[in-house]
Amino acid sequence: MPRKLIIDGKEIEAEDNLTLLQACEQAGAEIPRFCYHERLSVAGNCRMCLVEWVGAPKPQASCSLQVKDIFPNKDGTPARINTNSPVVRKAREGVMEFLLINHPLDCPICDQGGECDLQDQAMGYGRAAFHRFHENKRAVEDKYMGPLIKTQMTRCIQCTRCVRFATEIAGVPDLGATGRGEDMEITTYLEKAFSSELSGNVVDLCPVGALTSKPYSYTSRPWELKHTETIDIMDAQGCNTRVDTRGRAVMRVLPRLNDDINEEWLHDKGRHIWDGLGSQRLDKPYVRKNGKLMPASWADAFATIAARIKATTPDHMAAIVGDLAAAEEIKALKDLMTRLGVPHLDCRQDGAKIGGGSRPTYLFNSTIAGVDAADALLLIGCNPRWEAPVLNARIRKAWLNGPLKIASVGEPVDLTYPAEQLGTGVDVLNALADGSHPFAEVLRSAKRPMLILGGGALARADGAAILAKAARIARETGMIGPAGTPAEGGWIGFNILHTAASRVAALDLGFLPAPATDENPGGRDVAGIIEGAQKGEVNFIYLLGADELPLENMGRPFVVYQGSHGDTGANYADVILPGAAFTEKDGLYANFEGRVQEAQRAVFPPGEAREDWAIIRALSDVLGHRLPYDSLADLRRALVADLPQYDKLGQVPAWEGAYPAVWNAVGTDGVLAADVPLGQAIADYYLTNPIARASKVMADCSRELLHSDETKQAAE
Amino acid sequence: MAYLDKKARQIFLWEFVQAFLLSMRYFFAPKATLNYPFEKAPQSPRFRGEHALRRYPSGEERCIACKLCEAICPAQCIVIEAEPRDDGSRRTTRYDIDMTKCIYCGYCQEACPVDAIVEGPNLEFSTETREELFYDKAKLLANGDRWERAIAKNIELDAPYR
Repeated sequence: MPRKLIIDGKEIEAEDNLTLLQACEQAGAEIPRFCYHERLSVAGNCRMCLVEWVGAPKPQASCSLQVKDIFPNKDGTPARINTNSPVVRKAREGVMEFLLINHPLDCPICDQGGECDLQDQAMGYGRAAFHRFHENKRAVEDKYMGPLIKTQMTRCIQCTRCVRFATEIAGVPDLGATGRGEDMEITTYLEKAFSSELSGNVVDLCPVGALTSKPYSYTSRPWELKHTETIDIMDAQGCNTRVDTRGRAVMRVLPRLNDDINEEWLHDKGRHIWDGLGSQRLDKPYVRKNGKLMPASWADAFATIAARIKATTPDHMAAIVGDLAAAEEIKALKDLMTRLGVPHLDCRQDGAKIGGGSRPTYLFNSTIAGVDAADALLLIGCNPRWEAPVLNARIRKAWLNGPLKIASVGEPVDLTYPAEQLGTGVDVLNALADGSHPFAEVLRSAKRPMLILGGGALARADGAAILAKAARIARETGMIGPAGTPAEGGWIGFNILHTAASRVAALDLGFLPAPATDENPGGRDVAGIIEGAQKGEVNFIYLLGADELPLENMGRPFVVYQGSHGDTGANYADVILPGAAFTEKDGLYANFEGRVQEAQRAVFPPGEAREDWAIIRALSDVLGHRLPYDSLADLRRALVADLPQYDKLGQVPAWEGAYPAVWNAVGTDGVLAADVPLGQAIADYYLTNPIARASKVMADCSRELLHSDETKQAAE
Repeated sequence: MAYLDKKARQIFLWEFVQAFLLSMRYFFAPKATLNYPFEKAPQSPRFRGEHALRRYPSGEERCIACKLCEAICPAQCIVIEAEPRDDGSRRTTRYDIDMTKCIYCGYCQEACPVDAIVEGPNLEFSTETREELFYDKAKLLANGDRWERAIAKNIELDAPYR
């Protein structure tokens, strides 16, 4: 029930469930705050948000006072709230004075300087010409919180935002407070690292400089940085980010607000990848001469490729798209390979048995925001904590807010919320599909049940059979509801969780082996290409940033590697074409929901490296199959002509009708290999792609957070 | 009468004599010009001359790489790069001033929270090549070492007015 309030003389109606702070913001009043945060629980301990409730004996902390607790005056007129009266000012100045008593005046050496809440609010409420604290300031020992978070705990104002984030959002209650009053300290209790994939977010949350980013420390100031709004491609979620650059260097990556995708969080890989963008870069073309890679000119590199292609036939050639490629270059490579008549194309480096069907069969159909509405969840071979950490926080939020029952088939991992372990064997899927398993009943009785198929389930020899089985579970348990978004009453609970940012776009574009016909055996998939290379049946492979392949057991085919970093692919390459990383080109990426977003260029590629689509376009000219687009705009037009949804940036695709036909055709029925346990799609969260492997910060994280036990043993 | 007076002045070259007396007065009066390289004019303690980076008496450089001077510089002639030093303290790895761009406004020393960058009393730093005027950190620190006594004296003299 809305309630009338007079805030600063302005009468507004505020909903009962709001806090007074939110009501004041609705009325257009700005309330300073430190401990209050929209997405965290209310703590009410900083007292900066004091407002005056006319008639109340004392100023009130607006963040913890609910609108429903504000009663009207005796004569029935609405309660009057002042947010800017002399009483309020005096109260806030008093609070500020207390906060600054123990806060060191080291803004010049503090990384938060220039973007610090305390600094800003001290400009408004600090009394500079006035100090009466002559005692000693408190000093607190710095704590160790892992390779990503630098602490300077003397600066802490004990707002406990980080503690609340760790326990509520991240679900890793590593942080806590010990002691009381002035002696209160934020600590990890045992001097251990904050072992969450979302740990970097506490740096953003900290209103002062107590927690700052360790890799970014002391390198630049916020006013020097140029901001570029882009997206993250370290996983397939497409978190919205802001890349901050200075000169030609990327200095840091911060999340942007997008309630439909990442709220305001960003996972550690997306946030701290930037130092990998500057190391191990391929900045000029290379050609292998006498077994050694030698720097060459673009013309030489193209001529070498052209000569080799002339010497071979299309059915001995193959192309593989890696995990970080944008839709434009996938489209350009597909067009080129189609013109050359190459049948062996694949984008599924991990060997996932997916694609080829209609679009909903390989998407996360419930949408990320839709997870909030789910009330039963089945994870199959999926570890969302590593495959999409921000999505995992969303699942945790849904579990905290509502009755969400979660079960997992696959390797037991700590997901930060309880999940019923149904076993690691795939035979349990049979029981779920025919309804004999108790959890099938849970799914059936749920209003919005969903399942998530992870990479661990699909990248198996029997992946297609698991896919078909999952589709059957979805059909049998009522996951396929009416069309539309959850808000409109629609629901599709069948979800695939991809881990590669390029995957959905590549599947959309059909970068898959050519289908078999009567006279044609069809194209090879990744495993087939590697096997063919071993036997000498494939002797030319074009790798577009593909580094996750077992290239060592491949024989000696001619390998062209186009990509940004010197990793596995470049090692085995005969010609290297230096491409641009995702911060260096404008590119479209479809996330696992099928939502198309644009990554913007923040800096230029190093040295002679070029944008990837332009390299393929230039190569096509040398090969005599000139691709019909001369600019990125032309290429985008051609892309949109093929796939109209690539014109609607930032929107999830709307599905309409014809569901049963779609879902009956998913995967291929087959026997599940019950004796092979479901594994993990990702071996090491911090090192999943060439940029991450080039990053020193990611290597430190992997060593300290995932392999610390092994390191310790080795030291002993 | 006025006519006679005028003619008498003309005949006796009165104006010439007046001018001669004036020049004689200044001929014997003390001189205002300085014999520059050997004599120098007094300087205000607020004089803004060549830049210097100062050190603490312990020898530790004062600059903490807060970059406020770089931010305030209206000519944008200061370039700073920083990273944590081995002992974890915040220090510059690069501190460049392009003296050809500098307009000697003194904002950098006003902005400096630790009195590290100062414009010292030195005004004789002309060079033969342009490149010599691109000062780096080593040059600025050397300036600081050379001029420390004069700079400290100036700061002390100006302190009561701040």
